[in-house]
Amino acid sequence: MSANISPARPPLLHVDGVSKRFGAVVAAAEITMSVHPGEHVSLIGSNGAGKTTLVNMVTGYLKPDGGRIGFDGRDVTALAPRAITRLGVARSFQIPQLYGDLTVLDNMLVANACHDQRLSFWQPAQRPQAIDRAERLLERFRLSEHRARRVAELPGGVRKLLDIAMALTGAPKLLLLDEPTSGVSAEEKFPMMDTIMSALGQEAMTVLFVEHDMEIVERYASRVVAFYAGRVIADGTPEAALGADDVRRYVTGELLAE
Amino acid sequence: MTASATAASAPALARATPRRFGVVLLAAAAFVLLAAAGYVFPRWLTFLLTMAAGNGLVSLGIVALMRGGVVPFGQGMVFAAGGYTAALLYNKLGFTDALGLAVCGGVAAVLVAAPFAPLLSRYRGIFFAMLTLALSMVAYGLLMKLDALGGSDGFNVGRPTLLGQKLPDDRVGYTLYLLTIFVATIAAVAMRVFFDSTRGLVTLAVRENELRVEYLGGSVRRAMAINFVVAAFCAGLGGALVVLSLGHIEPNFSFWTTSGEFVFVAILAGWQSVAAVFIASTVLEIVRSFSSAYFPNTWQLALGLFLLFVIRFLPRGIGSLWTKRRGH
Repeated sequence: MSANISPARPPLLHVDGVSKRFGAVVAAAEITMSVHPGEHVSLIGSNGAGKTTLVNMVTGYLKPDGGRIGFDGRDVTALAPRAITRLGVARSFQIPQLYGDLTVLDNMLVANACHDQRLSFWQPAQRPQAIDRAERLLERFRLSEHRARRVAELPGGVRKLLDIAMALTGAPKLLLLDEPTSGVSAEEKFPMMDTIMSALGQEAMTVLFVEHDMEIVERYASRVVAFYAGRVIADGTPEAALGADDVRRYVTGELLAE
Repeated sequence: MTASATAASAPALARATPRRFGVVLLAAAAFVLLAAAGYVFPRWLTFLLTMAAGNGLVSLGIVALMRGGVVPFGQGMVFAAGGYTAALLYNKLGFTDALGLAVCGGVAAVLVAAPFAPLLSRYRGIFFAMLTLALSMVAYGLLMKLDALGGSDGFNVGRPTLLGQKLPDDRVGYTLYLLTIFVATIAAVAMRVFFDSTRGLVTLAVRENELRVEYLGGSVRRAMAINFVVAAFCAGLGGALVVLSLGHIEPNFSFWTTSGEFVFVAILAGWQSVAAVFIASTVLEIVRSFSSAYFPNTWQLALGLFLLFVIRFLPRGIGSLWTKRRGH
């Protein structure tokens, strides 16, 4: 993954001094970070470090106690998830959020219908253009063979891919992936990330992904932001970030914590 | 990969348009068959089917809401709104056209329901059910007290006209039967089109996972509010048509047991088939007629046992007998 970061370009996502507390727990303490167009940024950190909280704040599910979140030149701090989605931020979930009773294709059609600005009483959900668009995306994620199956019957890896394919339906500018390989067996992880990245690569998508597997991070991230106790403790290339003492101490556990 | 995907997509591409054509054809055939049968049916049976179709319209609206995961226990309110509007327009303004009155009933029900739609769209499950129940009981209380609307006795409505024609004694029952099943058929087809539309699919998605709908850019609350208004329109149509055939209206239209019967029919029908709603409604009318004739004080017992049986053996309703196990 080449990092085509150009400092001159304005960041697509800019998180500026964002804080969030849950009672006594500090989930985010004045976090400042940016994501530039075309970057693949990985968020790492132990459980409870604040990675998912950040994803939830960027997508509008949680409101920050303080600070500002800017996306594509607009302040999105106070916007609802739907409004942020409409601006071009899509997300997938650690536990795939799918429609188990519907088929794979129908799940894609739900995504397609939700993305339509004006929902129609008349236009069939299963109209040819929508099916075409859905099937092109399914093909990119190598899901075509499952298209007619009920989602509840599918294995975990397939559901993860479908979750991401649905997020991509609206052609977002920024994609947030919350642990794309969690719950997937060790030997499936790399093929799965290859599938995801090649599917995304066709659009040079900007990606922010939360990941626990450092091999995945090293291989697929162009930049790494490490979290500990709601703070950013490292931000740089994968080599630099993963080699930092604080990261080795608090994230990867290579050094003993004092 | 490309070749196999294209080949696999062919049946899906072919599915949407002919399906719609097939639905219209099936509905037209059902209407013609019922219209012809009604001509030879005894009067009590055409009346029973008129009631079944009129009440079925209310349950059809409930099914539209059930597809989004909520069950209203107060559709009696919008049913009464349609009924009282038709009756008052007839008695006070001298507007007697049955089709016009039915449409006015639907519109009036929408006007009554629309102010509450944004509020109700926030609630789910038992809260939604209880709020709608509360609204209908407030309406019931008002109707009982308002002497201008006949109070607890209600009032009578005269014989309507249809498209400028007076309806003679021997034809009035059959004509109202025709009108009611005609309106029910149109509503059923429209509802099927709605269920299969992008909006209908989003409603199904709301039922299963609201969060994801919002994260995909869809508005859950707008979907719920619109379904509530659509359900109200159906209930208003039904209320007006039932009043015209009964010739009488009273506050009981808005009583909670009336609302309960509409829910009973919707659960009996399931949420997959629109035809099932009218079949279930007919079943209820038949059980009600025969049970109240043969064991007048315990007919609800028969109804309860029947519902138990359906829930145990057909949890997705009688519609699941002929719809495949898929989302819609």
